[in-house]
Amino acid sequence: MSKIKQRFVALPKPVKILLWVLLALFAYALPLLEPPIISTPGVDFGGVLFVVTMYCLVAIGLNIVVGYAGLLDLGYVGFYAIGAYTAAVLTSFHAHWPLLLAIPVAVVVTTISGVLLGAPTLRVRGDYLAIVTLGFGEIIRLVAVNSEWLNQRKGISDIARPPSIGGQEGLFEIPHLFWGDGTVLVDTKDTTQFLVFGVLDQIPYYWLGLTVVIVMLFADRLIKNSRVGRAWEATREDEDAAELMGVPTFKFKLLAFATGAFVGGLAGSLYASRQNFINPDSFLLLYSILFLAAVVVGGQGNRWGVLVGAILVAYLPQRFREFDDFRVLAFGLALVLLATLRPEGLFPPRRTVRAKHLEQELEELEEGAGGEESARV
Amino acid sequence: MNFEFLFSNLPQLTIGGLAFGAIYALIALGYTMVYGVLQLINFAHSEVFMYGTFAMLWTVMALGGADAGGIKLVAILIAALFSAMAMSAIIALLLERVAYRPLIKKDAPRLIALISAIGASFVLAELMGLRDRIAGWFGLDDNLSEYVGKARINNSMAGVLDAPRWKIGNVTISSIDVLVIVAAVGMMILLDQFVRRSRLGKGIRATSQDPETAALMGVNPTRTIQLTFLIGGLMAGIAAFLYMLKIETTKFDVGFLLGVKAFTAAVLGGIGNLRGALLGGLVLGVAETWGSALFGTEWRHVVAFVLLVVILLFRPTGLLGESLGKARA
Repeated sequence: MSKIKQRFVALPKPVKILLWVLLALFAYALPLLEPPIISTPGVDFGGVLFVVTMYCLVAIGLNIVVGYAGLLDLGYVGFYAIGAYTAAVLTSFHAHWPLLLAIPVAVVVTTISGVLLGAPTLRVRGDYLAIVTLGFGEIIRLVAVNSEWLNQRKGISDIARPPSIGGQEGLFEIPHLFWGDGTVLVDTKDTTQFLVFGVLDQIPYYWLGLTVVIVMLFADRLIKNSRVGRAWEATREDEDAAELMGVPTFKFKLLAFATGAFVGGLAGSLYASRQNFINPDSFLLLYSILFLAAVVVGGQGNRWGVLVGAILVAYLPQRFREFDDFRVLAFGLALVLLATLRPEGLFPPRRTVRAKHLEQELEELEEGAGGEESARV
Repeated sequence: MNFEFLFSNLPQLTIGGLAFGAIYALIALGYTMVYGVLQLINFAHSEVFMYGTFAMLWTVMALGGADAGGIKLVAILIAALFSAMAMSAIIALLLERVAYRPLIKKDAPRLIALISAIGASFVLAELMGLRDRIAGWFGLDDNLSEYVGKARINNSMAGVLDAPRWKIGNVTISSIDVLVIVAAVGMMILLDQFVRRSRLGKGIRATSQDPETAALMGVNPTRTIQLTFLIGGLMAGIAAFLYMLKIETTKFDVGFLLGVKAFTAAVLGGIGNLRGALLGGLVLGVAETWGSALFGTEWRHVVAFVLLVVILLFRPTGLLGESLGKARA
């Protein structure tokens, strides 16, 4: 694993960029290729991929809160819900705004709600924060369940779709591949219109989601390597030390919370638009847990790790639909196994690995060369 | 806001709320003790409770509680209590062995232990929810249909117990509510004394104060952790028994909401603090019932969480503070 990585890092920059572009192109083409093992039998592959991109987006946002700033948030679905409900209310239930106008408003509303929640609660530390955020997530859902203004349990339908490019027919058609027995054909009857956000074909939504994910990855990279990112990491490692070094920790924690809320709200409004219909059951506490699982399983703090985690959490249950009833059981087993076998996550960030090594070396020094594991326990 | 309803029914509402609160408090013990010793949220504790409710239900069914009366019914209920406690304790110990000990040994980050617990919680709940299918693999689903059927819906034992209701003036009080409150408070006092005075309890407190020093003084950390899980399991079993007496129905996912509430109660009172768990549970139960009388039942859970947020804002470590390790625990 690390050898491949070393070789990749050693490549000249243009080659690296080329490889990234190829990877991105492959990701865009994936629903058209419908490769036999990866594609999901029985479920629309494009739809599954769209959900995967939403999980990726949420994982990027939650990773800022949990991975970078070290704030355990168990109510992230609350922000997702606020984004989705704002978009729904503005485009369908109480007004008829176009979606592209509603999304920025939804994102701003969610960010403000993040600040409003964070300002009082970020003073409590650690696990208390976890339970307060959990309570917040539930409050949001229960308010949606109970308030008539949000149509209670019935939910809101006819949420606006993104505007299509090129009218009803689109600009041009892109054929899909068809995988027969050992042969690959271009299926001219099964096509995707570029770029029509319709009811049946979900691939354009996937493209939209993927584009947002890529943009967010760039933004994430910039912010992580900036003063803000370093301040977050310092706060996570030792809050008191960071404060002494002149980092206004409370402000930065609030900023992390607001940034996380921003991404969550964006994901929520996109999800609402694609789904066309939302009700409170789309925002159960379970989803907060799934989002958190995506971040922790992948390796919190590592951008690519959490992406892999999100893909696993969103995709595997859809791929193995034939075990339908046993999905949650298998997912739970996988979580326990992963946690016990790879406690740092699948892809821990480099810093964590380095810190772990250092710790081990120090320990060996302290206990002498013969210091065995058994002597310690 | 329906003040009139609240005030005219205040005694009944308060007693009902206290009974709920007592059950929360008993479950909260499991969270609070494990947190005190390990500093982690035992997310799967709700399933420990859920298995207890099923053990109670099945014992009553197997022993024919539906047509028993008098002394026989009492004997059946006592058997059910013990089976619920045994079941919950076994699940709790299993949980510690499978989902926690490997992580503690590896000195894993605390968040990953939470993930492991969440995974274990899913597995336990789904095993119960899929029990008809699993019994089907062994060809037992016909013989056991009474027990494994209705795997995904409510399982009820209504009608087993026809508990008397007492009238004092114009206030009606259910005897079960009184029993629940008395039993829960009694158990809490017993447990408090156990942790405060016994040798084992001293070991628990020492480990929660400073695990390394405690280990140097001869307290076996693994044993102590096992003991806290065992106690948490036993208390969850009692809570399950009382819950079934009061509510009479259970389901494979009944643990989830109750677990969240119980954890809220533990945090409310100050996590790691036994008396805090009792106080937090009772306050939460009463506040919920009053709140639902005031705003309507649909706002019940909102009241609970808003209360939590407000109290944590003013007392960030809960009503009584964190103190399992301190002398006054």
